[in-house]
Parts: sequence; C-alpha cells; structure tokens
Amino acid sequence: MPETYIARSPSIAARLLGGEMMVMSAVDSTFFTLNEVATVIWQSADGQTPLSQIVVHKVCQEFEVAPDDARADAEHFVHELSQHGILLVSDQPIPATTPGTAEHK
Amino acid sequence: MSLLAEMNERAFDLGIPLTVHIDVTYRCNERCVHCYLDHDDKGEMTTQEIKNVLDQLADAGVFFLVFSGGEVFMRRDFLELVEHARKLQFNVKVKTNGVMIHEAEARRMRELGVEQVQLSVYSHRPEVHDAITKLPGSFKRTVDSIRFLRSQGLKVTLSNVLMTVNRHDQQGTHALAKELGVSYTLDPTVTPKMDGDTSILNLRLDSDHLEVLFQDTTLVGDVDEYCKPPDPVDDNVLEGYSCSAGHTACYISPYGDVFPCVQFPLPTGNVRRQKFSDIWYHSPQMEEVRSIKVKDLPVCSTCTHAGSCSRCPGLAYMEGSMRGPSTTDCEKSFHRTGIPSANMLRKGMAAGGPLVQILPITV
Repeated sequence: MPETYIARSPSIAARLLGGEMMVMSAVDSTFFTLNEVATVIWQSADGQTPLSQIVVHKVCQEFEVAPDDARADAEHFVHELSQHGILLVSDQPIPATTPGTAEHK
Repeated sequence: MSLLAEMNERAFDLGIPLTVHIDVTYRCNERCVHCYLDHDDKGEMTTQEIKNVLDQLADAGVFFLVFSGGEVFMRRDFLELVEHARKLQFNVKVKTNGVMIHEAEARRMRELGVEQVQLSVYSHRPEVHDAITKLPGSFKRTVDSIRFLRSQGLKVTLSNVLMTVNRHDQQGTHALAKELGVSYTLDPTVTPKMDGDTSILNLRLDSDHLEVLFQDTTLVGDVDEYCKPPDPVDDNVLEGYSCSAGHTACYISPYGDVFPCVQFPLPTGNVRRQKFSDIWYHSPQMEEVRSIKVKDLPVCSTCTHAGSCSRCPGLAYMEGSMRGPSTTDCEKSFHRTGIPSANMLRKGMAAGGPLVQILPITV
C-alpha cells in the first residue's frame, strides 16, 4: 500500500487559538477550526513525513487512541481538507513551498 | 453562531488580539478632502522593524492582518512586507487607492495569497472622484487596478466614503461596483484630523441624507428589521462592551505607536521601545479601555439604544471622554429608528426642535 504524504497549502492562513488551529483558505475563504488531534496532524504535515508515521508517532502517542481508529479518522480529515485545497496530498514526498514561491490558485 | 463569530468570542475570552491594522506609511499620492492624516514622513519604521513587529504579532496570536496607510505602495518594500506576513500565515487584507497597482503588482498579490484588496472609490464619475482625491486621472487608474486585481481572481471590495460632496453619486458608484464584479461597502463616517482639526466634519452627511441611506434596501436589506426600535436593554447588554478595540483588535502606526483602534487615538505604547505583548497585555491605557463595560458609561448606559448602537469609543474619546457618547453614532441610531438617544435628549438635539410635551387637557 503506497504511503500518503501531506503538506500545508501555501494559500492558507493559520493560527493556533487556545489549542485549536484556525485555518482559512485564501482561495474560497473557507474557514475551519481543527480540534486538538487534527491540529497535531496539521502541524506535522511537512510534506516529508508519511501520514502513517504521523498517526503512529504523534496521534496515537499523544491521545491514546487505537492505531486503526486514528488512521481512519486521519484519512477522513486529510480527504476533507484536501477537497478545499487546504492540504496537499501525494504518494510522493512534497517539496516545501512558501507563499509566492510557487504558483497556487 | 458562525464559526468565525465563535472564534472571535474565544479570542475575546482569551484576550488574544485576533485582528491588527497596521499603517505602513502615512505618505500618499492622493490628497483626499476628507482624509484625517498628516502625510509627512516623521520617521516610518524600517523594513526590518516592521518584519520584527509582524513576527511578534504572529507569536501573539494575530490572525487577521490589515495593511493600510497612507498609500501602502508608496513604500517600495510593501510587497516584501506582504511576503513576510504570508510566510507567517496571516490572513492579509490590503487597503489601497490602487493608483500604483498594475498587472505585475496584482499578480504578485495573488501569488502571495492576499485574501482581499479594498480600494477607495468615491464616485462613478471621474470628475467627482478626482476632485475628492485631488489627483487628476486617479479614477481611471484606480478602476484599471480593480480590473487587474479581478483578472487575477483576487477578492476586491470597493469602499465608498459618502459625504456631502459625493452623496448624489451613491447609486452610480454602487452600480460601478456591480459592473466591475466586486463587493461594495459604504461608510458615512468622517472623523476629525489627527491633530484635532474638526473642519473636515463639514463633509458629514446631514440628517435627511442619512435617513435616505437607512431606507435603501440595496444597502441595508430588510428596512423594517434594520430600522426597528431597539430591544429592551438588559443585564447582558449592560455587562457587555462597545466594540473589539483593545479586546481582540488594535492599531499600529507607521512610527510604531500602538492604539486600541485606528479611530481611537489613545497612545498605549510603542513597539520600537517595547514588546508588542507587553503593550497589549500590560499597558495601563489598554487595560483601562478593556475594563469599560456598557454599564460604566454614564449616559449611554441609560440609553434605549445601548444594545444596538454602533457607539465608537474612539470617536467618544475624541469628543472628550472614552466613557462618553459618540454623537455621530447617537445621530445614526436616531435617524435609523426615529427614537432619540439619551445623549440627544440630554442636549435637546432630537428632531431639530423641542420635544412634544403632554399637556393637561382643558375640560
């Protein structure tokens, strides 16, 4: 089964507010707040660490959840945010980008 | 409650400055008749100083960052500042007259992920707009820039300050915004100049024109709802606050001075000498602003409009007391609902004449 790599889109605005991440897309102004688990996944989305490792080493360790449940939740979360262009998803490591260094809509 | 409103409430409870408005310069290539600024450069922060401030704002939890001026593009480093802000993942809004925005600037702002650009347009007629900005050709250049920005897919808002000198053009300007495919905002607020000069207040709309605005469904939506009498004032209202100034928002001048709001000229500190967080959390002035609840306002706490008034504590401060009424907001409440405010009754200002007295019936 291929690995999934995730990276934060350079088109977003984000800030931690009282332990929860606020994220807004500059593309369609969609606004999200992420719970603590989703925030950990978001903060770990460096484009280089496979999602499976994020789940095992971050989510399961910090929140004491079963790996299968955590993985299913993480995949659902990644899918939802990728639909809004907020997370970039690939089966290959994703090079780091910052706003203005790459074309993004 | 919307997600954004929830976040505002949360930031309020946590004391986080969710929104900061920073003027990067007071210099401008226009000389608008209603402008409150002194356009001389009295020692703007350098590129590095502003970047350092932005770093501190990100650490403090600021999410919404508004770049304004003066004219922001008078600074050659403006897009470098935007780039730095976006690397820090701020939601960036830019206020500009657009005169210096061409295709390249519009493209760069889109690449950087600017959320929204707001441009000032005072009329759909070039001669009226140019007379207000005192810059010949400015209407064409601003409208051209709106087209450049729209062609890049950026969200654009056309902002109109309605005054005595352009009041006839409100509908035409609104139609222009529609034609350009951009949002439209209208504000009839004219504030005194920074040095206290109140001569420009003559440009404020008079009561008849305000009432016409408040009856315009294209501006206010449901007129009956918008103009309905205020709900009774209860403890929730009295325990509340006037606005977000000093609670979840503040303003930073090009010289590093920090104020509760761009319309609230109460100095609270300077980021060239102090850390932003020290000013935000510990400035006695900021703490005083934050401490004032509606129940602490001697006149406004007795007013029937207390729960629905747009009372601006900054305008009240400019009138003499941050705990006092803001007369211009009293007038708006009155002309919106037909019900005089406590301040107007106190001063005998309502409806331009004496109130009707109940007289004994002669039998």
